[in-house]
Amino acid sequence: MTQMDVTNTTETPTALGRPIRRKEDARLLHGQTNWTDNIQLPGTLHMAILRSPMAHARITKLDVSGALKMPNVVAAYGAAELGDLNGSVPCVWPVTDDIVMPGFPALAIDKVRHVGDCVAVVLATDAVHAADALEAIEVDYEPLPAVVNMESAIADGSTIVHDDKGTNTCYVYNLGGGYDEVAAKADVIVKRRFINQRLIPAFMEPRAVVAAPMGMSDEITIWTSTQIPHILRVLLALVTGIPENNLRVVAPDVGGGFGGKLQCYREEILVTQLARKLGRPVKWTETRSEDMVATHHGRDQIQDIEIAATSDGKMLGLKVTLLANMGAYLQIITPGVPLLGMFMYPAIYKMDAYDFKCTGVFTNTTPTDAYRGAGRPEATYAIERIVDELAAELGMEPMELRKKNWITHEEFPFTTVAGLTYDTGNYEAATARAMELFDYDGLRAEQAQRRASGDPVQLGIGISTFTEMCGLAPSRTLGALKYVAGGWEHCTVRLLPTGKVEVVTGTSPHGQGHETAWSQIASSVLGVPVEDIEVIHSDTGRSPYGMDTYGSRSLAVGGQAIKKAADRLVEKAKVIAAHQLECSPEDIEFVEGVFRVKGDPEKVQPLAAVAFEAFTGHNLPPGVEPTLSAEATVDPEDFSYPHGTHLAAMEVDTETGKVTLRKYVCVDDVGVQVNPMIVEGQVHGGLAQGIAQAMFEGASYDEDGNLQTASFADYLLPSAMDLPSFITDTTCTPSTTHPLGTKGVGEAGAIASTPAIINGVVDALRPLGVTDINMPAAPMTVWRAIQAAKAGGAA
Amino acid sequence: MIPVAFDYVRPSTVDEAVAALVAGGEDAKVMVGGQSLMPVLRLRLGAPSLIVDCSRIDEMIGIREEGDSIVIGAGTTHHAVMNNDLVKRYVTLLAQATATVADPQIRHRGTMGGSLAHADPAGDLPAVAAALDATFTIAGPGGRRTVAASDFFVDYFTTAVGDDEVLASVSFPKREGWGSHYEKFNRTAQAWAIVGVAAAVRMEGGRIAEARIGLTNVGTTPIRARSVEAALVGAADAAAIAAASESAADGTAPTTDIHADAEYRSHLTRVLTKRAVQKAAGM
Ligand SMILES: Cc1cc2nc3c(=O)[nH]c(=O)nc-3n(C[C@H](O)[C@H](O)[C@H](O)COP(=O)(O)OP(=O)(O)OC[C@H]3O[C@@H](n4cnc5c(N)ncnc54)[C@H](O)[C@@H]3O)c2cc1C
Repeated sequence: MTQMDVTNTTETPTALGRPIRRKEDARLLHGQTNWTDNIQLPGTLHMAILRSPMAHARITKLDVSGALKMPNVVAAYGAAELGDLNGSVPCVWPVTDDIVMPGFPALAIDKVRHVGDCVAVVLATDAVHAADALEAIEVDYEPLPAVVNMESAIADGSTIVHDDKGTNTCYVYNLGGGYDEVAAKADVIVKRRFINQRLIPAFMEPRAVVAAPMGMSDEITIWTSTQIPHILRVLLALVTGIPENNLRVVAPDVGGGFGGKLQCYREEILVTQLARKLGRPVKWTETRSEDMVATHHGRDQIQDIEIAATSDGKMLGLKVTLLANMGAYLQIITPGVPLLGMFMYPAIYKMDAYDFKCTGVFTNTTPTDAYRGAGRPEATYAIERIVDELAAELGMEPMELRKKNWITHEEFPFTTVAGLTYDTGNYEAATARAMELFDYDGLRAEQAQRRASGDPVQLGIGISTFTEMCGLAPSRTLGALKYVAGGWEHCTVRLLPTGKVEVVTGTSPHGQGHETAWSQIASSVLGVPVEDIEVIHSDTGRSPYGMDTYGSRSLAVGGQAIKKAADRLVEKAKVIAAHQLECSPEDIEFVEGVFRVKGDPEKVQPLAAVAFEAFTGHNLPPGVEPTLSAEATVDPEDFSYPHGTHLAAMEVDTETGKVTLRKYVCVDDVGVQVNPMIVEGQVHGGLAQGIAQAMFEGASYDEDGNLQTASFADYLLPSAMDLPSFITDTTCTPSTTHPLGTKGVGEAGAIASTPAIINGVVDALRPLGVTDINMPAAPMTVWRAIQAAKAGGAA
Repeated sequence: MIPVAFDYVRPSTVDEAVAALVAGGEDAKVMVGGQSLMPVLRLRLGAPSLIVDCSRIDEMIGIREEGDSIVIGAGTTHHAVMNNDLVKRYVTLLAQATATVADPQIRHRGTMGGSLAHADPAGDLPAVAAALDATFTIAGPGGRRTVAASDFFVDYFTTAVGDDEVLASVSFPKREGWGSHYEKFNRTAQAWAIVGVAAAVRMEGGRIAEARIGLTNVGTTPIRARSVEAALVGAADAAAIAAASESAADGTAPTTDIHADAEYRSHLTRVLTKRAVQKAAGM
C-alpha cells in the first residue's frame, strides 16, 4: 500500500480525501453490535424450515400434524395450510416481452425444484424445539429426473423444470449486429468457450429475519439482514398485501452481502406473513448449511466468445453468445444479471462490431442472482481472457495488443461499440504505473529464464486492463432495459439546534464505511467536524426514501445527493445569516463552517448560531420557515466508469498442478477519493473475492442436483494465508458525471482480478501447449491440462 | 445447525469416564476438544444420547518422558503438542505435522488423541503415528491395554477404541537426530490434506540408513509406504530418493472426491513422497 497518513480525527473541517479511520469500526470491533439474530422480543416464535433434500420431486404426501405434537411447537404449515399467505417471490426485471416467468411460491406447492426448496415450516417458542420438530413432519417425495446442466436443459427431450411452461428457456436477448461482416474481412478469428462457474456469496453473517406486529398501531416492523430495506418494503407490501404504510423495514448491523442480500427472500415473506397471521414476533436465522443451498448463488454462465482482428492486431469485432443459468426460479433480478455484463464485453477496446446473445436457462439448482460485480466480472473475464488468446495467436505481447486497441486518453468521451459513453479515463497512466510497481520487465526476464532452464515451477504474468460501469442510473436507462425501479438516490441533511448534523441517506451500508465517508462529504460542504455528523440509514422509518446499496452505487449516486442536499442547506442558512448580519445574502461568503460578510472579517456568524436561530425562530427573515434542513433526490445523468490495470505473477508447479499467486499489483482509477483508506479496503476485499473465483471457489452439483460443495470443507474460501500482500495504487481522472468527481469502487477488485489470475496461469503454461484452464484453477484441473497438452491434445 | 438433545457429564478421572461410558451404553460418546464431534452433532450426522466430556481429566493432559519414549496424554491440545520441547526434540515429525492442522483456534481446542481416535483418513496425525510406530494406551472396563499403531487404525473413522473405552495416552519412541518432514498438499492453507506424506529418516555418512514413511488420505487408514522405506536405504542423493519414491502409491487405495480423483492422488503420493524424503534428508 502507498503510505497513508491515517488519523482518527480531522484537523481541518474539510475532510474530503483524507484517510480518516472509520467511525463505525470501534463499535463493531468492541462487539457493540446489533445483528438481526441479537434481537430478542418477548413472545417470539422461532421458525425452522424443512427443505427439500431432492433437486426435483413431486410431493406426494405432506403431513405437518406430527410436528404440532412436539414440545413447545405452536404452529406448522405446508403450502396447503398456508393458503393465500404463501406469497410468491418477486422478480422485478422481466428482460424481454416474452420472458417465461414461473411462479415461485415461498413454500413449494406439489413439487420441489432444487435442493433447499422450502417444503414446510414449524414455529416453536424456541429455536431448538423448532429444529427438532422438523423431524416429525411426514413427507413423501416421488423423485423426478433432475436437470442440472444448461446444455442438457435446452436440448430436446429434457426434463422441464416448470412443466406448465413447457420449456427451460427463460428468455433470449439479442443486442448489436454486424459482426459477420467485419469477421469476413478479418485475418484472424479466435474463438473460445469459457465457463464462468457458479459461486456462493458466503457473507460472514448468515441471513436472519425478525418480524413483529408492533401492537400500538397496525405497523409490522421487519428487521432483516438485507442490503435493500427500502426496495424490500415495497416488494413485501406488493407480495403480502400489507399496506406499505404499515410496513417498516430495518436493516440492523449487516455482516456482508456482496449481492447475496440484494433480495426479497422467501424466508422474509414467510416470517412477515406468519408474524401477521399469528400476531406475534417471528424470527428465523439460517444455518450455514441452509445458506449454502438457499441463499442465491452467483455467476454460472457458459460463454462462447469470438474475436476478429487483422494480422497486425487491430480488433475488428466481437461476438458473445451466453448461456446463463437462472437456477430453478427467478429472483429479484436473476434474468437481468447477464445484461449488466452485456455492455461491458467490448471493455476498453475500440472495434467496429459487436453481437451479443444471451439465453437464460432454468435448471434444478439454487436460483442465481447478483454477486459482487453481477454480470460485469463475467464480461471482464471473457474479454480479458480472449484478448490474451488473440495475442498468443498473433504472436504479440499481450500488453502491446491492448495498447494498440484501447481508447487513448485524448479520445474521451468515447462511445463504445456497445453504446456506452465513457466520460473519462486514462488507461495509459494506470498501466504505466502498474508495470513499474510490478517490475514487469524483470518478471518477463525471470519467466524467460525459467522456461529456458525447464524449471518445474513455471512463472506466468497475468494482465487485466479492465473497466466497469457502476452507479446503476439514470432511471430512464434502467426503464429502457425493463428494470422495474429507478436508479436515483435521496439524502436529507438536518442541522440540529446544537449545531450537530444528521445526514439521512437512502443507501444501506453493510460493511462499506458509509458512516465515515458520508460524514466526510457533508463535512466538506458544511464545515462541521466529521465527529459531529451522524449518518442515519437502513431504516424505512427514519430514512424514508432510498434505493439502497449494490452495484457500487452508494457513493456514485448517493454521494451526489449528500452534496446537493448539503449545498441547499447552506443556501437556506445563508439567508438567515445575512439577516442576522444585516446584509444581503449576496454579500455573504461561507468558509469552513462560518458565514462572513465579504470584505469585513469582523462580521461573522458560525453555522451553529444560524441553526439555533432557525430553531427558536425568534428573528427569521420574512418568508423563511423555522428549522434548518434540506433534501435532494439525484438521478445521475450517466454511469461512472472506473478502470484500472491489474497484474498477477503466477507460479505453477508443473509436477503437481498447484498454482501460487506470488505478486499482485493493481492501479485503479476510481476518480476522486473521499477516503483513500476505505477505497483501499474495498479494493483488497474485492481482490480476495475475484482471486478466489479464479483459484479456489466453485459450487458444483452432481448429476442428481445435489450440491457437492455444501460446506466450507468443500467450498473453499481463501484466508489471509492464501493471498500475498497486495500492492495497490491509484490514478485519478475525475468522473464528469459526479459533482465530486468520484466513481464507484465496491466491485472493481472482484471484477478485475479473476482474468488476471487465469491469464497468468495460462501464460505460465502456454509453452507446454496449454491454452485454457477452467476455473477454479484447482491443482488437479491444472495438472490434467498439463497432461493433456503433453499428450498432444488441446487442454 | 442445532444438535439433537443429549445428556452431558464431565468426569474428572479416566475411571469415571469409563464408568459413564459403560452406563451410557452404545449411545454414549466421548468428547474432548469437540472440533470433530461438534460438526457431526450439528449436522445431525450423529445423535448420541450422552456426551462424556473428557477435556478436564488431568491424567489425559500433558507430555512426559518415560525411558525411551515420549508419552502424550490423549487430551493434550494440538497447540500444546507442537510447542512442546520434548516433542520438538524427540518426535519432531509429530510437531511438524501438528503445525499443519487446521488453524490456531482449532489447534487450541482440538486434541492429539481426538484426531487419532476420530481416524479421519484426511487427518494429519494418523500417518505420523503409523510412521513412528506409536503405542496407544486404551482404558476400558477391563482396565488398560496397549495397542500398536499397526493395529489401532481399523477402517474409515474406526479404531481399536471400543464404545466403552477411552484413549488415555499415546507413546512415541524417542528418535533424536532423525531428519523429518510432513509434506501436506491442500488447496487452501487451512484445508484438509488431499494427500499428505510423513517422512522420517536416519542418516549415516550422508546416506539414508533407515526411513519411515506414513501416507495420509490414500486409503481408509494411514498407510506405511514400506517398499519405499526399503528402497531408500542407502540413498545418497535427490535422484536416488526420487527413484525410490516411484513405488510410493503401491498398495494404496485412494478415493475420488471433488478435489482429487484416485489417479491424481496416486500421482501426488509419488511426488510428495519424493519431496518429503528429500526435505527430511536435506537433499
Ligand atoms: C475447520 C476444521 C479444520 C480441520 N482441519 C484439520 C486438518 O487440517 N488436519 C487434521 O488432522 N484435523 C483437522 N481438523 C480436526 C481437528 O484436528 C480435531 O481437533 C480433531 O480431529 C479432533 O480432536 P478433538 O479433541 O476436538 O476431538 P472431538 O471432536 O472431541 O472427538 C472426535 C472423535 O474422537 C472421539 N474421541 C476424542 N477423544 C477421544 C479419546 N480420548 N478417547 C476415545 N475417543 C475419543 C470422539 O468420541 C469423537 O468421535 C479440523 C477440524 C475443523 C473443525
